[in-house]
Amino acid sequence: MNTATKDLLYKMADDAFIIGHRNSEWTGIGPMLEEDLAFSSMAQDKIGHAWALYKILNEQFGEADADVLGFQRKANDFKCCQFVELPIGEYDFSLVRHFLFDHAEYLRYEALSESSFEPLALLAKKIKSEIKYHTMHADTLLRQLANGSEEAKARIQNALNYSWHFALGIFEESSAENELISNKVFIGEDALKSQWIEKVSSIIDAAGLKVPVTENTKIILGGRKGTHSEYLQPLLTEMTEVLASDPNAEW
Amino acid sequence: METNKSLDPRVQRLNIGAQNGEANIETHLVTWEVFHQEKKGKQAVHVGIVHASSPELALVYAKEVYGRRGKTTNLWVVKTSDIFTFTPEDEDVFNTAPEKLYREAGYYKVRDRIEAFQKRNKETA
Repeated sequence: MNTATKDLLYKMADDAFIIGHRNSEWTGIGPMLEEDLAFSSMAQDKIGHAWALYKILNEQFGEADADVLGFQRKANDFKCCQFVELPIGEYDFSLVRHFLFDHAEYLRYEALSESSFEPLALLAKKIKSEIKYHTMHADTLLRQLANGSEEAKARIQNALNYSWHFALGIFEESSAENELISNKVFIGEDALKSQWIEKVSSIIDAAGLKVPVTENTKIILGGRKGTHSEYLQPLLTEMTEVLASDPNAEW
Repeated sequence: METNKSLDPRVQRLNIGAQNGEANIETHLVTWEVFHQEKKGKQAVHVGIVHASSPELALVYAKEVYGRRGKTTNLWVVKTSDIFTFTPEDEDVFNTAPEKLYREAGYYKVRDRIEAFQKRNKETA
């Protein structure tokens, strides 16, 4: 049981940690001041979520502390999905990733607020309201861009089509999936995926965009097993550059 | 624009998320005045502006710009162009107000007389 729960915590924490870092790359170069500020603030929230999840791993399962887990693991020890590793690209992609990923996160935390694993249920209840705002932000911008100029609409649609294969990889199942479900720790990735498809499809549809096809589509898997894209290692190297220059420095 | 029925008919409560993207491209990036309410029942205080293409987005931005630190119960946004104000030439109508001290309660130093009256009444009672 512990192994399955730990695996769940790791993938959630690593997702939040890596997307938090990616989204913070927009700080200072966002499309406008208010958006820059909002996106940076939400990126900071993600790092906070990662920290809280690493803390549970540390306190409940005796894993290393958050700094070590965040900054001193090898790329193949990370359990994040490949979607969060992708470079920020143009703002259309970053925004669409934020939309697709954060809806999955919101539904995940909503389900986890009923988890039999108390520390995670408590955290989920708290974090849920933050992610609610993240989805509010994503939905509002997505809708407005989809109803804006032809170029804006086309860019959002392209970004959706490109992201869909990666986004479905969020729900890559772990080997201990059934254990989590039968112990009521988590509803499982498959159930989450159905909820997510329903939710994002209704928003995409209402915005006048086309929902990408899910059946028989290519799904980018591997992240949950430690297989990553070419983009993760450079990100980790950059993130730990200062630490690596003097690993024994006191902060 | 879809708004919730509010008990206060003067206020439109935006159901963010129920909107369907009515961004007005002509009014792209107009400014919105933001009012911050710290607690329920307390007055909403003007805190600044945000740029946004719709009231929903103005609220979304206002939350991060003015509500990300400290306590917030709610925020108001009002399109800047919906604010009415005096012209600078007419601001002289306020000039003499600070001189009219007799309009302020503090101007009347009547405490002494009230106390004398109360004392007198007690003695006669």
